[in-house]
Amino acid sequence: MRIGVITFPGSLDDVDAARAVRLAGGEPVALWHADHDLKDVDAVVLPGGFSYGDYLRAGAIAARSPLMADVVAAARGGLPVLGICNGFQVLCEAGLLPGALTRNGHLHFRNRDQGLLVERADTAWTSSFEQGQRIVVPVKNGEGRYVAAPAELDRLEGEGRVVVRYVDGNPNGSSRDIAGVTSADGRVVGLMPHPEHAVEELTGPSVDGLGFFTSVLSALVVAA
Amino acid sequence: MSQVVVDVVLKPEISDPQGQAVLGALGRLGHTGVRSVRQGKHFVLEVDGEPDEAELRQIAETLLANPVIEDVELHLPARTTD
Repeated sequence: MRIGVITFPGSLDDVDAARAVRLAGGEPVALWHADHDLKDVDAVVLPGGFSYGDYLRAGAIAARSPLMADVVAAARGGLPVLGICNGFQVLCEAGLLPGALTRNGHLHFRNRDQGLLVERADTAWTSSFEQGQRIVVPVKNGEGRYVAAPAELDRLEGEGRVVVRYVDGNPNGSSRDIAGVTSADGRVVGLMPHPEHAVEELTGPSVDGLGFFTSVLSALVVAA
Repeated sequence: MSQVVVDVVLKPEISDPQGQAVLGALGRLGHTGVRSVRQGKHFVLEVDGEPDEAELRQIAETLLANPVIEDVELHLPARTTD
């Protein structure tokens, strides 16, 4: 299974994301933001980093890159897409996911191991988990505070669109402790924490992050 | 050439920690009469010829501002009649 990882100018975690794909058993495929070429991948990961230096708004300029037009079209057709941190910001800016990510409530960059509660274990990226499972992966952001209008938050919670929620402390002031959300069809997922940094005992606080990548591989096997 | 100004501010229901930090600093400086600060962005665009309002509104609403969380105000130059 070929999993594309997009590199934007200022992406930082594209290599780690590709490594996580490989450790999960997939074949990572490097994608370049300025191309109009998804290289026939079976799924796409938008990695963390600071695309365009977070100028204008985090993820705003990357969301208007040539390749993102192809990603948006393919996602509307069911292509699984995962946005991590800056990738989540890009997906919100591109209109594939609801809400927005803004400056942390306490204004500090926050980097720590973070507890998460998996609320949806039936998306393309979370089927390796159990609903209600607690996992630990690193979080590291300065603009990770998930916001939307209160009525929109009510709607998202009502539709079960919250995939993961912060537990044991909210690192950035996100509304209702929301750490990640999904599209209506469960194929597009975005989250601020970094599962690609929790895939090996040597370097991560756990190997819980691997589940995101094994999930999409099994979803693709089922579909094939 | 004409100049077009676009102001972008967070919607009232979205909290603004940067504005709150500025408000805190004002209080420490003795400016206790300031009740609230909302921080925004101010864009100055120089465009060829007469500004095309529809195009500028599209620029403002689809790139300069994120309508999910921000309100935008477009200020076109006063039209000269001579």
